Amino acid sequence: MKKTSLVLLITALASIPAVRAADIVGTVTLNGTPPPEVPYTPLMNDSTCGAMYTTTPTTHFYVVGPDHELADVIVSLKGVAGKSTGASQPPVVMDQKGCLYQPQILAIQTGQKLVVRNSDPCIHNVHCAPAVAGNPESNQVQMPGGPDLNFAFSQPEMFMRFKCDVHPWMFAWVSVLDSPYYCLTGKEGKFIIKDVPPGKYTVEADHRKLGTLTRDVEVKDSDVTVNFSFDVK
Amino acid sequence: MSENVLVKVNRPLHWFAVLTAVFTFLLLGAGGLVTSHEAGMSVPDWPNSYGYNMFLFPPSQWIGGIFYEHTHRLIASGVGLMTTILAVWLWLRDSRKWMHRLGLAAFLLVVVQGVLGGLRVVLADAQLGIFHAIVGQLFFVLTAAIALFTSRFWQNLQTGRTGSPLPAVGAHGVARPTETSLRTLVLLTTILMFCQLIIAATMRQQHAGLAIPDFPLAYGKIWPDTTPAAVQSYNEHRLNVIAENPITAFQIVLQMVHRLVALAIFLLTVTCAWQARRRLGKSDPLAKLALFWLGLILAQILLGAATIWSNKAADVATAHVLGGALSLVTGALWCAIAFRRSAALPEIAPATTISGAYGGAPVLAANK
Repeated sequence: MKKTSLVLLITALASIPAVRAADIVGTVTLNGTPPPEVPYTPLMNDSTCGAMYTTTPTTHFYVVGPDHELADVIVSLKGVAGKSTGASQPPVVMDQKGCLYQPQILAIQTGQKLVVRNSDPCIHNVHCAPAVAGNPESNQVQMPGGPDLNFAFSQPEMFMRFKCDVHPWMFAWVSVLDSPYYCLTGKEGKFIIKDVPPGKYTVEADHRKLGTLTRDVEVKDSDVTVNFSFDVK
Repeated sequence: MSENVLVKVNRPLHWFAVLTAVFTFLLLGAGGLVTSHEAGMSVPDWPNSYGYNMFLFPPSQWIGGIFYEHTHRLIASGVGLMTTILAVWLWLRDSRKWMHRLGLAAFLLVVVQGVLGGLRVVLADAQLGIFHAIVGQLFFVLTAAIALFTSRFWQNLQTGRTGSPLPAVGAHGVARPTETSLRTLVLLTTILMFCQLIIAATMRQQHAGLAIPDFPLAYGKIWPDTTPAAVQSYNEHRLNVIAENPITAFQIVLQMVHRLVALAIFLLTVTCAWQARRRLGKSDPLAKLALFWLGLILAQILLGAATIWSNKAADVATAHVLGGALSLVTGALWCAIAFRRSAALPEIAPATTISGAYGGAPVLAANK
């Protein structure tokens, strides 16, 4: 009797489909010709900052590959909140080097530590200006070679601005997401959102200048591919 | 504000008042440079500077935006001290009670202005930056007015002994009519200029760079497209190194309002200059001042255009700020002089015709 019950139980369990997370993958591209990048003329006019360059650096508003791959796009699952694993994630480092933030576009989770470093031989002030209530605004001095500054944010926010007011061309944009389901595209324009539980989702692609695109997907038990194509208007 | 007692002019006090007004003007320029260079938050603490006492902050650290913000604070401290001295001097040496109150008002206003500037930094509040800019303009008007009220010229207005004789008649021997409507026109124009300064301060504190990159058209049109798609397109094509924020439809409309108000101010100052010359005669000091005022407005329009054509170059934009301040002060002083003169002179019936050459009898003789 017991053996029969056990066999029946095992059979019943085997008949239930296995729940398996899958990845959402894809590529982001840009149609059209973006405006030409502009030189950081004010940087070169600064005696300390300009001395660190032999040629004038230019902005990177649009980082586009040879096959129109678009970098610096944050691809995430829209509306998925309260799933942050930020507190257990390693810190993300943003450096001030050559009087520019490096990287300029990055993404972290709520509760995840953001470390801002000053590798330059001059003073910077790190002015964080969130737009979402609950993320505090701050403006802190950072001496050359001084201790790192640490930040963490409790509210999701896209493209939160960091700037240095001493060197007014210095900007960085940090996006804070409330789940681990996001990815920032690199130069290849590719993204992978890992281990997404089965279900229906809206995938959102955000670029700081080009705006937002969305696609609806359904994740079952295999990887899903979704591509985005921005247009320069 | 009428004062029937002749007051002995204190020349050192007057020249100190002039110096205070001049330094206030320089302070406005220094403040304008702070905003034009987007350096308002470059010194995160106040009243200290990077932990140093403000007066002991090493010049070697005055780099980048720190230079503009810190020198602005130092000049402001100087103006605060001068205003304090001026207020005390007026209290002790000017017999007019209303001048004591004016000196006290200047002192209180400079304290308020200093606190506003400090709070703007400590609280990181760009809205306070708008109030700080507006109060700065008002303070400049006040210091310029004190300089005027301590002058011999002002005293002579009381007695009619101006540098140019006040004609009892206007041009062509026709009696000079009352200046009431002209005073009202100039006053309204001055008030409109103040409104324009509020619009301009709001624009500058958006920290979005040029909302409209061309002039006299706006995005190639007389009135720009401000639909969301158009604004998105503007932002996509707009690569600005130091502008913090993307532009919005509100900012575009605000700049268009600024342009339209500038046009209205130009037309009004043309009217003021023309009416002053027609009613008072070309030799009258107020007619000359109105013509100077028109010249200022023409220069201000050119500076506004140059600000756009230079992609908001910091020095050009700051010169535009100073032009606005001078225009406001000129209108305010014109009104003060005109009201003072009207209080000292009788109304003349407009229908009276006096034969003879332009000039006629002096006013005081006619009053006697």
